[in-house]
Amino acid sequence: MMHEVAIIGIGQTPVAEHWGSSLRDLAAVAARAALDDAAISAVNALYVGNAFAATISGQSQIGALIADHAGLGGIEAWTVDAADASGGAALRAGYLAVASGAVDNVMVLGVEKSTDMVASARVRARSVSLDADYEAIQGATVTAQAALLMQRYMHEYGVPLSAFEGFSINAHRNAGKNPNAMYRNQIKPGAFARAPMVASPVSLFDGAPDGDGAAAVILARADRAADMVPQPVRIAGSAVATDTLAIHDRKELLRLSAVMRSTEAACARARILPSDVDLFEMHDSYTILSTLALEAIGLAPYGQGWMLSSDGRIGGDAQIAISTFGGLKARGNPVGATGVYQAVEATLQLRGTAGDLQIAGAQRALIQNIGGMASTVVTHVLTV
Amino acid sequence: MPDSVRHDVQIPGERFAFAGTGEIYTYTIVQEAPEGYDDQAPYVVALVKLDEGPMITAQITDLDDQPLEIGDRVEMVTRKLTTEGKRGVIIYGYKFRKILHREP
Repeated sequence: MMHEVAIIGIGQTPVAEHWGSSLRDLAAVAARAALDDAAISAVNALYVGNAFAATISGQSQIGALIADHAGLGGIEAWTVDAADASGGAALRAGYLAVASGAVDNVMVLGVEKSTDMVASARVRARSVSLDADYEAIQGATVTAQAALLMQRYMHEYGVPLSAFEGFSINAHRNAGKNPNAMYRNQIKPGAFARAPMVASPVSLFDGAPDGDGAAAVILARADRAADMVPQPVRIAGSAVATDTLAIHDRKELLRLSAVMRSTEAACARARILPSDVDLFEMHDSYTILSTLALEAIGLAPYGQGWMLSSDGRIGGDAQIAISTFGGLKARGNPVGATGVYQAVEATLQLRGTAGDLQIAGAQRALIQNIGGMASTVVTHVLTV
Repeated sequence: MPDSVRHDVQIPGERFAFAGTGEIYTYTIVQEAPEGYDDQAPYVVALVKLDEGPMITAQITDLDDQPLEIGDRVEMVTRKLTTEGKRGVIIYGYKFRKILHREP
């Protein structure tokens, strides 16, 4: 017998180059904000999503470190790693812990501090999510993986580079109204296809920027949450699916099978279809990943996912709003914290407290956090 | 010894020799390279579909100014991939190049 689980508290820091704040300070700020929001002072356990503390900050065991620094010392605390999907995977761990009855409540905290390392050193640090023996050894990078998918997609379907620009334009439009976003500038139509290449055809205006930040949510049993806070948000579905690390090992390169399986499982648990949601916080680290995810989820036919970026069906007033706070592309990608930012942003939408970015009448949200090129895919359905 | 102990850590399976030829399935030109590879940038990374069926990730080398297209025929060569540590120990491995035109 699984218990239903609800989000009862949220906290976040702005996503930025936080050169003046340490990993532990960022985490403590988000943790305290979430505790204040839930109006509680302690939790039973802390699960941390993080990808690079050991490699970039030279620090492991940040579960214990953050528990101590956030004033939660002594509780069960550990780190979950699934590259960019670490935050989502930590949310899954927290969900299972509460659903099982093992704990009454838990804090799920994502934190990343990756901008202390710059240029080729950070590219190398980021490349650990690839298959080390068969991809990274060849000098492949995360962006190169995305580029390989995009080049093949453009070739197979005869799609021009400019077709993908809508995803970036939408993300920056929304981030312009998000005070926590890393890039609030707008991208003008046409600028996308002229931007400098990082790994062709992926350009500077295509890939999401790495940022530092921390976000936290507090989970509790849903049957008790209603007595604790005025607006609990229910986690109606939760699922993780995996695929090969090396993209060359996949039977069908352009079909993200883990996205399909993870979404199906989360939506089946929530008894909804993906098309039933009001908003989708997607893992838009690259426009090709957005394109392929929309196709794998079934919101677009194969070969047509990019059209959702160009025909006005995404954005604030669309049927399904996407990247409502700017997504990874413009809010910024605080790697291992990203999945928790998505949960915080969807909770703001479902509470009706998203301010200028509010999606009117939002009741169901899909959030999806992806590690590698969809090697780990974590999907949650949130409802009110 | 209990049955759960495995002294042979070889992955089961047969050895198979590939011809070392295939075609470009997709490719990218890497401008922002990781440490250890930045002195080679820009370089081409491709997915090569081997004639026997499997696909692998590899750099395409010896291109000079030749254009590369999806479908181009390539063959495997042994090249330096990177160096490791202060002593610069060379890591060798496979790359691919466009198939050379040989005299009959």
